Amino acid sequence: MSLMTISVVELAVRAIPDPEIPVITLDDLGMIRAVQVDEPGGEIVVRLTPTYSGCPAMEAIAAEIESVARRHGYIARVETVLSPPWSTDWVSTRGRMALRNFGIAPPAEVGHPRTTGPVDVGLAVRQVACPRCGSLDTEELAAFGSTACKALRRCRDCREPFDEFKPL
Amino acid sequence: MSSTYEHPRTFSAPLRYVPGAPMNTPGRSRQGLEGELAAAYLLGLADDALVYAQRLGEWVSRSPQVEEDMALGNVALDLIGQARRLYTRAGELDGTGRCEDDYAMLRDEREFRNVHLVEQPRGDFGREMVRMLWFATYQHELYTRLAASTDQTLAGIAAKAVKEAAYHVTHAATWVVRLGDGTTESHERAQLALWWVAPYVGELFTDDEISIAAADSGLGTLPSALLAPVRARIGAVLGEATLEPPAAPTWSSAGGRRGVHSEAMGYLLAELQHVARSHPGATW
Repeated sequence: MSLMTISVVELAVRAIPDPEIPVITLDDLGMIRAVQVDEPGGEIVVRLTPTYSGCPAMEAIAAEIESVARRHGYIARVETVLSPPWSTDWVSTRGRMALRNFGIAPPAEVGHPRTTGPVDVGLAVRQVACPRCGSLDTEELAAFGSTACKALRRCRDCREPFDEFKPL
Repeated sequence: MSSTYEHPRTFSAPLRYVPGAPMNTPGRSRQGLEGELAAAYLLGLADDALVYAQRLGEWVSRSPQVEEDMALGNVALDLIGQARRLYTRAGELDGTGRCEDDYAMLRDEREFRNVHLVEQPRGDFGREMVRMLWFATYQHELYTRLAASTDQTLAGIAAKAVKEAAYHVTHAATWVVRLGDGTTESHERAQLALWWVAPYVGELFTDDEISIAAADSGLGTLPSALLAPVRARIGAVLGEATLEPPAAPTWSSAGGRRGVHSEAMGYLLAELQHVARSHPGATW
């Protein structure tokens, strides 16, 4: 679809910030699978995929989509889709930059080597750059962070703790 | 405030399938029975996830460190998310039109199909990590197979959940190694935890009429086929943790999949369902 055919309401919906990490939009997070705008009917259908099964922000996101659509004169219908499942590969390059600028280490780019085996205890070495100073000498403090999609790490060089967007 | 007592909503069509009852009950369509069997299979998976999430949630403010409050709360959140989608699908399949809240909040103990393992009261942290290692590894093997289910909705739920389960396995395995290969005290407690959990794990891998029907139809997978891969993976973790695999237990829990639960279940449900039952139909 060329940019010229994207309606204003679709752009507005895609630009809604994530309620828990407001520096990144739903679009850059890869949560919006499809948007269908029915101009004469005044209806917009948004197909949304959760980052995690239990993502507690889904209700708030759906409510915000309905609110933004209403302001543009549309009735929104939000549908949840699970297949194919969301992964951090869906986060856009722009989204990764936004996360890093905010102080959250973004997930590795597609094709980057990362841990896969769930039982390789102690052998899993994953390089995560500090979003503040860029050092690769960082360590994990907690595998589960302040939201379902983040872990907590610390930089051994600048000594600052930081959030990491968990690779999934 | 109204003084009139309003009875919680009840349903005219609860799960009618009773294991062992004749399959060809007059007046029941074959399609209806298949739907009920499929829903019953999903309820087993969903109830395991919901009840274990309730137990894990109890750790928030009770963990040895604040990071574990967060971790176990996050694992619980993943499990609740899985349960919600499984309940929703069950309501579509069994023809009762029940929603996720109806299943979670308004069923009684005998209608829950979870195994006894997940309803047991929490012990020390080592016991929880051993229980989580078993449950998460079981879930990971299960969801890996269910991602190929003939039911597209279940396949989608499983493909999503399998990655979450993998993360839970890693977390539990890291702790079991750390505790087992730690101090004398932590090693002894982790070993005791393995013995404690042993009688409860068999139920996860026991086939019944419902899971056999699910495997036959392509919806599900046979629980018994998961035992060997789960045991191999846990064995590898125990080796690294310098822990002994426990001997075969002298007794095994049974009956959870038929709605027969241990004493702990009623108390768990009382806490889980209290608000929904005290304020029927409340919204915010």
